[in-house]
Amino acid sequence: MDLFTEGDPIADAKAPEGPIETRWERRRFEAKLVNPANRRKMTVIVVGTGLAGGSAAATLAEQGYRVRSYCYQDSPRRAHSIAAQGGINAAKNYRNDGDSIHRLFYDTVKGGDFRSRESNVHRLAEVSVNIIDQCVAQGVPFAREYGGLLDTRSFGGAQVQRTFYARGQTGQQLLLGAYQALERQIGLGNVEMNSRHEMLELVVVDGRARGIVVRDLVTGEISTEMADAVVLASGGYGNVFYLSTNAKGCNVTATWRAHRKGAYFANPCYTQIHPTCIPVSGDHQSKLTLMSESLRNDGRVWVPKAKGDDRSPRDIPEDERDYYLERIYPSFGNLVPRDIASRAAKNVCDEGRGVGPTKLGVYLDFADAIDRLGRKAIEAKYGNLFEMYERITGEDPYEVPMRIYPAVHYTMGGLWVDYDLQSTIPGLFVIGEANFSDHGANRLGASALMQGLADGYFVLPSTIANYLAAGPLEKVDAGHPEAVAARRDVEDRISRLLAVDGDRTVDSFHRELGQIMWEHCGMERSEAGLRKAIDEIRTLREEFWQRVRVPGDGEGLNQSLEKAGRVADFFELAELMCIDALHREESCGGHFRAEHQTPDGEAQRDDDRFAYVAAWEYTGTDEPAVLHKEDLKFEYVHPTQRSYK
Amino acid sequence: MNLTLRIWRQKGPEDKGRMVTYQVDDVSPDMSFLEMLDVLNERLILQGEEPIAFDHDCREGICGMCGLMINGDAHGPQRGTTACQLHMRQFSDGETIDIEPWRARAFPVIKDLVVNRNAFDRIIAAGGYITAPTGSAPEAHSTPVPKVDADAAFESAACIGCGACVAACPNGSGMLFTAAKITQLSLLPQGQPERYTRVIGMVDAHDEAGFGGCTNAGECTVVCPKGIPLDTIGRLNRDYLLATTKRGNTPGS
Amino acid sequence: MAVTGILLVLFLIAHMLGNLKIFTGAEAFNHYAHWLRDLGTPLLAPGWYLWLQRGVLLVALLGHIAAATVLAMRARAARPVRYAHRKKVQGSYAARTMRWGGVIIGLFVIYHILDLTTGHLNPVGDPTRPQANVVADFAPERWYVTLFYTLAVVTLGFHLRHGAFSAFRSLGQQTPKGERRARSLALVFAVALTAGYLVVPFAVLIGLVR
Repeated sequence: MDLFTEGDPIADAKAPEGPIETRWERRRFEAKLVNPANRRKMTVIVVGTGLAGGSAAATLAEQGYRVRSYCYQDSPRRAHSIAAQGGINAAKNYRNDGDSIHRLFYDTVKGGDFRSRESNVHRLAEVSVNIIDQCVAQGVPFAREYGGLLDTRSFGGAQVQRTFYARGQTGQQLLLGAYQALERQIGLGNVEMNSRHEMLELVVVDGRARGIVVRDLVTGEISTEMADAVVLASGGYGNVFYLSTNAKGCNVTATWRAHRKGAYFANPCYTQIHPTCIPVSGDHQSKLTLMSESLRNDGRVWVPKAKGDDRSPRDIPEDERDYYLERIYPSFGNLVPRDIASRAAKNVCDEGRGVGPTKLGVYLDFADAIDRLGRKAIEAKYGNLFEMYERITGEDPYEVPMRIYPAVHYTMGGLWVDYDLQSTIPGLFVIGEANFSDHGANRLGASALMQGLADGYFVLPSTIANYLAAGPLEKVDAGHPEAVAARRDVEDRISRLLAVDGDRTVDSFHRELGQIMWEHCGMERSEAGLRKAIDEIRTLREEFWQRVRVPGDGEGLNQSLEKAGRVADFFELAELMCIDALHREESCGGHFRAEHQTPDGEAQRDDDRFAYVAAWEYTGTDEPAVLHKEDLKFEYVHPTQRSYK
Repeated sequence: MNLTLRIWRQKGPEDKGRMVTYQVDDVSPDMSFLEMLDVLNERLILQGEEPIAFDHDCREGICGMCGLMINGDAHGPQRGTTACQLHMRQFSDGETIDIEPWRARAFPVIKDLVVNRNAFDRIIAAGGYITAPTGSAPEAHSTPVPKVDADAAFESAACIGCGACVAACPNGSGMLFTAAKITQLSLLPQGQPERYTRVIGMVDAHDEAGFGGCTNAGECTVVCPKGIPLDTIGRLNRDYLLATTKRGNTPGS
Repeated sequence: MAVTGILLVLFLIAHMLGNLKIFTGAEAFNHYAHWLRDLGTPLLAPGWYLWLQRGVLLVALLGHIAAATVLAMRARAARPVRYAHRKKVQGSYAARTMRWGGVIIGLFVIYHILDLTTGHLNPVGDPTRPQANVVADFAPERWYVTLFYTLAVVTLGFHLRHGAFSAFRSLGQQTPKGERRARSLALVFAVALTAGYLVVPFAVLIGLVR
């Protein structure tokens, strides 16, 4: 059986034509508006309370819509945006170093390896400046200079200093800003907040998204909530790999359920692997911790020249070390982009030169920097990161080099959306990491925060009005046959999961799925590996439904049941990711196919065949997915080969 | 390492709850505390028992979701560390470890070690914000903020809302949490217009939620994983005094 | 708590200074005690001032106790289920002994009034000769009185140490530097007051004052 079939091409019908810098302006003007008195009669459901969902819910409520907000955490403030460390890009050009909206646009399209939409990225760059203004007004304590003005620093993939930051906790501070705006609306009664609620199904009535089915994680109660539009801001799916830098609860269920109901899933294989994470220490490992990219400014990456060299790193003499990044990429050295650094680490470990107990690690050595700048200076720059490393590993990085290894960090793929951020289901909007829109095949550092807030504060609140203005929609309630059916599906699924009563835990399946994905759909993919992975995933999925053991019942808090539902969806997603990776016979950004590399081992794009967005349509479990291609046109930034030698 | 755990088990909000003893063997010192609980839970599931419910999410010390009373210490023995970042090498072989939920009326137990901390959200909703609807913001550089103020505001803003301060407080007070937000916003020029209504709203919401009063005992700041300083409470008190006396508790007066 | 506490502290300072008059001789001390009764005359009738002061102190004390009771009840209500594993004291012992310390001090104050104000529990009990009352009180064979007195005063010292710092904090002391100052000031003050109160009975005990 074929793994997929090809359907009609898809086009973004909403993106305006004409000069790129006028498109967003024109789209906003052309979009229909909803009169304030009518907004009060309209309900919008927002799933997720991260940067995108939190800011969208707050902004929609400020505009006068009735908003219902959902998150699986105990408080909207805990969404995983909170863990972002580095910063947020904005084309403010406060440094007078040649930055501009056009340059941010250019850098982002190039950084995405020419697999994103020009219109979307340009809008992102335009809006970036408003985000900083908005956050400062909310009291976000960005780092400042002595004169009282905002400080910026540089980040990967750019030659200007355009990254605003709040120490190593930028995501936290931005999220708390959005959270506080949201709490204000909750206090005013404009937002009904439902924490510890998980969306388990989308309700589609007459082809439009009209509601969701949610489970109250505390009482176990299943309920159907209806609305005029549904916004998904449920984040990425990196946890399909089991081990990732994502929070333990991050999952694909909300977007996957929407996909099953007809929303196309775009570019699922584009995953970002971050090069500097603390390596796995054993089978018990439950998650991976990121060490900020900024460490590569002063640390030197190396492995022993000889295979299986077990000496302590301090006993290995200088001439027996291989500073491989400096050797292979003399001009960028240790500061090559994330995808390049990650793959290089994998290669040396594959050669048997990895370090640490698992041999899956490379050294990040600060000895030279400490000699050159003094311990004090290193402490001032990276003190908190060094402490965090020591807390986790028990090793003192001032004395022994850090060990690092790449880890799954972000997923560029997501539900397909048009310029209005609307999915292929009318009335279903998707924002933040949950959509695929702005990062192409690779995301630049400090761009995720920018995209989440751009979507939530500025883009969605403008574009959703155009949809709602076409209403009022016919009234439907939870008793509509479609809503009843959706609810029954959810209940059946929960009963099925509880009924298996097998002999393996959910985590054991998740871990095994993660291993398959990491092995074959991780940093390097090949046709043979992907085909093998698809077979293994299918087998494991069947085993899951026969052998999983979910203790307890559906009443009340049952964390095993929550996990089981999420892992069940990860199985289906994993298969689609492999199919997408298999069909994309080129290497680009976070997708590296072993068969498609330049003679010196760099990613080789194939713009003639693959300059498109792969939007997948669901046709049923074990039915071939249907591929819809959206061609990408580059009028302003011309695709070139990336080189960092 | 082999450990004896005594863990608080409570089926639901109405259940009385009790400490139950478990034996966990072959614990690696490289495990995090929560990974050690994962191992125990995997075993319990296979034995047909209910796994222990505990809250956690990011497991990197920033989301504030985890919170365990470990041997009477909020987040365990290591200072400046959340339970998820605590590693087993902090314990010794053969040790007995008591694990309990946060205990406070304002944080009712949902199940086992999971508590409801919505009271914190209500405190924020009662004034822990700066009113700046989207789109209304002036240019970011129109109001410079002295670096010392911005840095001090950041220090308070680093609060992760985990509730360890309440758990450790002999009075069950949530004053450090409340004061951290008040300090952050009152140090910034953007926060001035709502400064006095904010403090009254937030302190009222704090008291209504059933938290105890502050007696400056200082336990909170010791266990705080983010080291929120105790002097934030002084700022809260000063603003509160000004708000209730000088400004006569009347907005705009 | 802070406001009533400050009133009580002002009294404690005056009371201690008065006590120390004992070192200037029986005559002077008795004179001081009598002067207290006549303070405010001729504006007030003799003894009125003292009653005025007693009134203010009583109100302050009741206010202090009332506020403490409210706090204690709130604290109790705020944690209906206790921890199975008793918590260690992580802040300071002074802070954690405020409530029991307060109770001990309260009991002591009652005894103290019956002893040296009304004279009911005093072996001499002559209101016209306060110096003799004091000397008889702390005589070596009545070592248990001295011991109780000492315990109460040390408890008071702890109470004051946290109380003084806490009062600064409640009234809005808010900088880290100010906190260090407030803490050392509270410590010095508590130690000075404790010493000032203890020096009298010990002086009697070793026969320095007869």
